Amino acid sequence: MKKVIVIGNGMVGYKFCEKLRAKAKADEVSLVVYGEEPIPAYDRVHLSEYFENQSAEKLYMAPRSWYEENDITLKTGQLVTNIDRESRAIETHTGEKESYDYLILATGSSAMVPPITGVDKKGVFVYRTIEDLEQIIDYAQHAKRGAVLGGGLLGLEAAKALLDLKLDAQVIEFAPRLMPRQLDDSGSNMLKSKIESLGIEILLNKNTKEIHGNGKLDRLEFSDGTSLETDMLVISCGIVSRDELAKTCGLETGPRGGFVVNDQLQTNDPSIYAIGEAANYNGMVYGLVAPGYDMAETVVDQLTGDQSKQFSGADMSTKLKLIGVDVGSFGDALGQSEGSIPIAFEDKSAGVYKRINLSADKKKLLGGVLVGDCADYSMLLQITQNGMAVPPNPEDLILGARGAGGGNSIADLPDSAQICSCENVTKSAIVSAIKDDGITDLKEIRTCTKAGTGCGACSPMVGDIVSATLKSMGQSVRKTLCAHFDYTRQELYSLIKIKEVKSFNDLLNQYGRGDGCETCKPAVASLMASIWNEPILKQDTIQDTNDRFLANIQKGGSYSVVPRVPAGEITPDKLIVIGQVAKKYDLYTKITGGQRIDLFGAKLNDLPKIWRELIDAGFESGHAYGKSLRTVKSCVGSTWCRYGLHDSVSFAIEIENRYKGLRSPHKLKGGVSGCRRECAEAQGKDFGLMATEIGYNLYVCGNGGANPQHAKLLAGDVDEKTAIKYLDRFLMFYIRTAEPLNRTSVWLNKLEGGIDYLREVVVNDCLGLGDELEKDMQALIAAYHCEWREAVENEDMKQKFRHFANSEADDPTLQFVPMREMKKPADWD
Amino acid sequence: MSQQTLNYKTIEPNQVKTWYEACKEEQFPSDGGLCVEFEGLQIAIFNFSRRKKWYATQNLCPHKKQMILSRGMLGSEGEEPKVACPFHKKTFSLESGANLNGHECALATYPIKVEEGVVYVGLG
Repeated sequence: MKKVIVIGNGMVGYKFCEKLRAKAKADEVSLVVYGEEPIPAYDRVHLSEYFENQSAEKLYMAPRSWYEENDITLKTGQLVTNIDRESRAIETHTGEKESYDYLILATGSSAMVPPITGVDKKGVFVYRTIEDLEQIIDYAQHAKRGAVLGGGLLGLEAAKALLDLKLDAQVIEFAPRLMPRQLDDSGSNMLKSKIESLGIEILLNKNTKEIHGNGKLDRLEFSDGTSLETDMLVISCGIVSRDELAKTCGLETGPRGGFVVNDQLQTNDPSIYAIGEAANYNGMVYGLVAPGYDMAETVVDQLTGDQSKQFSGADMSTKLKLIGVDVGSFGDALGQSEGSIPIAFEDKSAGVYKRINLSADKKKLLGGVLVGDCADYSMLLQITQNGMAVPPNPEDLILGARGAGGGNSIADLPDSAQICSCENVTKSAIVSAIKDDGITDLKEIRTCTKAGTGCGACSPMVGDIVSATLKSMGQSVRKTLCAHFDYTRQELYSLIKIKEVKSFNDLLNQYGRGDGCETCKPAVASLMASIWNEPILKQDTIQDTNDRFLANIQKGGSYSVVPRVPAGEITPDKLIVIGQVAKKYDLYTKITGGQRIDLFGAKLNDLPKIWRELIDAGFESGHAYGKSLRTVKSCVGSTWCRYGLHDSVSFAIEIENRYKGLRSPHKLKGGVSGCRRECAEAQGKDFGLMATEIGYNLYVCGNGGANPQHAKLLAGDVDEKTAIKYLDRFLMFYIRTAEPLNRTSVWLNKLEGGIDYLREVVVNDCLGLGDELEKDMQALIAAYHCEWREAVENEDMKQKFRHFANSEADDPTLQFVPMREMKKPADWD
Repeated sequence: MSQQTLNYKTIEPNQVKTWYEACKEEQFPSDGGLCVEFEGLQIAIFNFSRRKKWYATQNLCPHKKQMILSRGMLGSEGEEPKVACPFHKKTFSLESGANLNGHECALATYPIKVEEGVVYVGLG
């Protein structure tokens, strides 16, 4: 009969016992286990559950009685201090000696503690054993804040534990991302924002230099000069193999620790094996439990006579629920293999990120990253590990097979789609409020589901879901504007135009009821601007706040100012003026995505003065505050670029100047690219032109933002004149028929017949509206005026830009704090 | 910040100690508001001209503690006259100050009177 001694009663040591007893009973192999901790092996992976139930028993891999029932002698609280390889015996700290035929080293690891000055202070802990946890719980009773050093798996678990202990928790990570070995930057960002939403702060790129405090820590100092005040610190920076037994008995260890083992997991003494985190295989120490279990099985096979199975390394694929977030990482997760090609999908509203890495020949799956949705993990891992062929459209692996044509309408959204990200309301919650609770009124839906009650950005989509659901139930839906008008936007457009209504109160008196509200007032203001293009400040109190003050209100109550820079072309003199104005009025400056310059932090009282100076230098309003044309982005085009086919800048300037001031149901963005390299990203705009050899391809109804959508080809190879004709028609048709606050993409998705019908209307003029649409556009263009010029040239209007009616003072509650070399508003609650 | 909110308390007409002259009636936009300052308080005054009524509330929106409500949009919900905050469209009754579309604290409201073209606000 063979006698086996296992040193270490952790998860892997326990698993070895379990697997050995499944193959060899007590009459074949006798088994003795030494454990250093006073209690039997417990589940270290779910250590944080101890915070909830504070019961070690619940974490036990098996109760003490299990060891007895399986004829295993378990000796806990016994530290093995020496191995006498010649006489094949071990010795414990109490002097007890015991001989073996085979010895299994499952000593595991301890927490790696980096050599930071002050690491020995009170309040610094590691996160490894139940004893560590008990100390953390004790200490946390007198602490308010707790930081975790290390943003890996265990570190994040520890942070959750601190949060559960009601501490303000921070995670400090040296690398630029969380879980640096398992996740790429995008995956880390997604995980980070989900974890931050739980109230855990994440600090990346932080190298902790010193731990300060008199006796107990109170502050961490980082090498970038910043610091963090905290009451306690939990270190979770990785592991170090417990290989100290090697020193006294001459077993070989790796340069970074761990007993060196061969394919049979034997150390340099063939009767001594090492498994789990204590083993160093091919220079690797595996810090995950699954490879440890594999090792246990290999050794069991060796001992029970099946010599065929060898250990050949393990990949670090892992799937887990981290603080409620599904995270998966498999194979070559970061795409480090030569020539590997990534395919990624990101949905920030649902908090899902998926990435797969294909081999250079696109035939094999090498690995990938999943955050927020691990449903595909097992399948993807199978394909990776078994070298299975990937489908012809590899993106189907993460997106699922998608039918032709469909994809963008409300009906195509999955039930789980998060519609309102502020209140976390899914599509199915809204649908169920309608179908199950019988609620059909939009306002009541908002009250009962809370959808759209936060920032309000999802309100149009909530309305669409209500309409689509009611329609699917066979109920007719009329999208009336609000409780004050029983008309749709399109109907009001016709009424205003045909009856020549020019003020909100007239329209309300003739066709509405009540006093109006924050929904119908801006909608009517936009309609009147789209039809008459009169100065909007004639009816300033029906305008949304940005339109009312011709500037964008920002956090804290200051405004931002954006002068028009058509197509992004600007002279040095004008750049200097912007710089001078920003300096004079102490404004924060930032280049926008639309190739212009935004000046933030302007006081209401300063707006007319700022604009006086800008207008004197030749600037005009950029209409960044309006649901109107913003910018027409351009690439540099054939004037400078060696690839350019046409002069995209000149054409973009012409288009931007043509439609500047045009008010529409939502904002409008355009782009012109001088060749098919598409540097202006025109296919991501409401309208975009891409130069071809003989003209331009005209794309419409694309957008970025919350639900990005590529623009669709409306007409190919058209000359500039034709392109403008089609644009006039397209824009006017959109302005006439869209619902309030619907971008062109949303409008097109709802338009029956889609892009083909739109092409019939715009290009083939199937409705016979072409001339009328062009004429309407021409009238609007002729009525263009710079709103800011009018405001600063009119004394009465200038008076509207004051915070107090009874004083010239600025709002004393406006607060700014320094940021880098400029300023930002103080945070709000 | 909560201290800032505490400064604003509804004043009933019978609690008025001082009537402050705010500004002239003609300064007001129709169906819109202005902000005035007395004793370090910011009061929003609204000229609801469609209803020929005047209202005064705190200028501070309780949601994000911003001094902004005087720039809000007026309207009605049923019979209730209301103002919508420009930041996130939280709406408040101009009569009671109650938040109509959420669970924010109610606004403090103040008595108001117009005499010979001059608008006065009553403080305690």
